[in-house]
Amino acid sequence: MLFLPGFLFFLVMSYIPMVGIVIAFKDYNLRKGIFGSEWVGFDNLKFFFASDTAWRVTRNTILYSFSYIVLTLVVSLALAILLNELTRRWIKIHQTIMFLPYFLSWVLVSYISNAFLDHQNGFLNAMLKSAGLQPVEWYFGAEYWPIILNLVHLWKAVGFNVLLYYAGIMGIDQSYYEAARIDGANKLQMALKITIPLLAPLVTILLILSIGGMFRGDFGLHYFIPNNTGLIYSTTDIIDTYVFRALRTIGDISMSAAVGFFQSVVGLALVLFANLVVRKLNEENSLW
Amino acid sequence: MSTIQATATAGAAPELPAARSKALDSRPIYRWMINALFIVVSACIFVPFLLVVVSSFSSEDSILRHGYQFIPERWSLGAYRLVFQSPKILLRAYGVTIVVTVVGTAAGLLLTAMTGWVLSRSDYRFNRQATFYVFFTMLFGGGLVPFYILMTQYLHLKDSLLAVIIPGLLSPFHIMVMKGFMSKIPFEMIESAKVDGSSEMRIFFTMVLPLSTPALTTLGLTIAFNYWNEWFNAMLFIDKPNLATLQLLLVRMLSTIEYLTANTEFVKQLGIDVGQLPKYSVRMAMAILAAGPMLCVFPFFQRYFVSGLTLGSLKG
Repeated sequence: MLFLPGFLFFLVMSYIPMVGIVIAFKDYNLRKGIFGSEWVGFDNLKFFFASDTAWRVTRNTILYSFSYIVLTLVVSLALAILLNELTRRWIKIHQTIMFLPYFLSWVLVSYISNAFLDHQNGFLNAMLKSAGLQPVEWYFGAEYWPIILNLVHLWKAVGFNVLLYYAGIMGIDQSYYEAARIDGANKLQMALKITIPLLAPLVTILLILSIGGMFRGDFGLHYFIPNNTGLIYSTTDIIDTYVFRALRTIGDISMSAAVGFFQSVVGLALVLFANLVVRKLNEENSLW
Repeated sequence: MSTIQATATAGAAPELPAARSKALDSRPIYRWMINALFIVVSACIFVPFLLVVVSSFSSEDSILRHGYQFIPERWSLGAYRLVFQSPKILLRAYGVTIVVTVVGTAAGLLLTAMTGWVLSRSDYRFNRQATFYVFFTMLFGGGLVPFYILMTQYLHLKDSLLAVIIPGLLSPFHIMVMKGFMSKIPFEMIESAKVDGSSEMRIFFTMVLPLSTPALTTLGLTIAFNYWNEWFNAMLFIDKPNLATLQLLLVRMLSTIEYLTANTEFVKQLGIDVGQLPKYSVRMAMAILAAGPMLCVFPFFQRYFVSGLTLGSLKG
């Protein structure tokens, strides 16, 4: 009985849209409705893959996800281990400051990034000008964006992840460290031989989740931070922003549904694959 | 009873163990180096906030002449004065956001608890199927387009606040966390209540919910936070300006810097020449007014956001 509302919710919000995937194989016509529209088979997907956009958005989605995962993992883990060396008062201060960006939405972050990057009034260009250099038109130059997006993502994500790994470190039994110290181990050895191996289960679970999500890009980050500027789509456009534009701006509903379908299928395959790999390596760390 | 509460609090708050041997490495230089590193890191993270705050207090022409600066040529409260002269837009957006957040969080939390409770019951006949039913939505979905068509063509939720509230009510992830937590409630307690003649409803509301307070706090905060920062559904479904949430207002202001000037009502109230509006400092002031209050409140609860992930083991 108590399950009924939840059941209905997922039925309407998740399972009915899954049926709606048929749109991807039809020539959707608003007047004819989903089921009245004509079947076109794989034409929508074929059309998508024939374009340059397909390669561009797929490549961008995967490469960005990959670099976000690696960068955030390495930096946060390192900071969490180092954070553990400080006194409690300092830990609190740094944690709170690092966590602040997490509370902002991408919309607000884009206000901040714009204050730095704005062509006329941005802080960076003002600095360049006062140093006697040419101002840079950030929003027109595709080559800057891999760096900008990675930095902005790291800025927003690092606090949360540090706290997450730090909580993991706090859960480690102190007697391991006591024993290591008696055996004369130094800090580096302790970090490599105790902290990291014991955090491995937490890290793998988070990795599976993020690898499964690799094909689902961060819409807010890639839509707001580059200001949805057409000139730099070559390095900022990901599947999510493309689907959104195809739906809202271009209005090609069937195509956009087909791309969404492609994304969902590959995403599912990725989760299953990631879990399979982890289960092969270590049964206990797998998700199911 | 006491054991559950003990594990419950331990689960909700990954606090520092009281007696930690801090003297692991006593060389102070070593610790100072790490501390210096963190001061640099924290500064890098904090500086962007500072730029926005300072810009909002700068006079418009010093921004126009020198760009956004950390130390402006002239300080000014002009931007704030302007926003507060006709606070209607901002206040309405705040009102809408508060309604959405309160209604959404209350309903979402109740639904999450109900669903999580059913899935945590090992005596529920379709337990495995139901869990899979929920879990599968985490792995696969129909994508944006079918969702959009469903919401607009079939549920007719265009320009309705329900379109912002409903999609955020339940998340499979929250349910799994809730389930993980609730499965730690000893089943004997439920059994004995049943023997005493309590109905399932009564058990749920008088026993299960109070026992799950830590999980409810954590998830409630997360859900409230998500609603507060929600812009995606608002952007898709809300076109009417008087239903705009805070985030949507910010989106609209960003996509057209001239949003404020284009808003005739606003301009009329001010009776100023459109071209003279101090756009840049006002933008920053709006960003501060929209984000500031929450930035002061949420950090006090930051540990709850992380503990949501560690609360219930995901596996199961």
